[in-house]
Amino acid sequence: MMMPRKTRPTFFNLAQIELPVGALTSIAHRISGLLLAVGTPAAIYLLDLSVRDAAGYARVAALFGEPLFRAASLLFIWALAHHLFAGVRHLLTDIDLGSQLQTARRSAWLANLGGLTVMVLALGAML
Amino acid sequence: MKKAFAGLRPWLLQRLTAVFMLLFVLFLLAHFLFDPPRSDAEWRGWVLSPGTSIVFTLFFASLFLHTWVGVRDVILDYVHPAGLRIGALALLGSGLLAMSAWVARILLFTPP
Repeated sequence: MMMPRKTRPTFFNLAQIELPVGALTSIAHRISGLLLAVGTPAAIYLLDLSVRDAAGYARVAALFGEPLFRAASLLFIWALAHHLFAGVRHLLTDIDLGSQLQTARRSAWLANLGGLTVMVLALGAML
Repeated sequence: MKKAFAGLRPWLLQRLTAVFMLLFVLFLLAHFLFDPPRSDAEWRGWVLSPGTSIVFTLFFASLFLHTWVGVRDVILDYVHPAGLRIGALALLGSGLLAMSAWVARILLFTPP
């Protein structure tokens, strides 16, 4: 009878697990969606304030000048852009466009970089 | 028989609302690029005009349905104890209902 192997592989080095780019797009789609859901009440509040009266409108405009608010809105813009691009990628996959591994990887890169690009553009527009 | 199609409805809802919101984002972006509001009166007039406010209403309806399906999926994936799960879903549902009422108040009852 064979002895059970005592040295079974238990290798689990997190730093060496490779996350495929599609997995990154997928988890970021989820995280960005949650960020958008959490930010929705704030966005509704801004809409409410901006149409209320002249003072409210001026207050919203002034908020966009504050660094902390800018940082938060940049995060929200990244979440929106990434969620939108990754979502379009999903819709295209639904109609069988880009399901091939090579194309899927390329479109995953595009979605990830697209979200970041929009954020950088928004930062540029703010400065 | 009905069970074979379970999950198809939220799946379809998620996609239809996504497409509508995509169009809305493009519409809003185009407005800000080509005809940005120059004063509070202009902005309020645009948002509360009959056409735009209907588009906004449809957008928020899409957003809340989309959020319900999406966050519900996340809760079902990660929150397992039954009580906690029901609590989380109830919180999500009541939050979305409250926001619906809030948006309705903004779009319908803001004095022009």
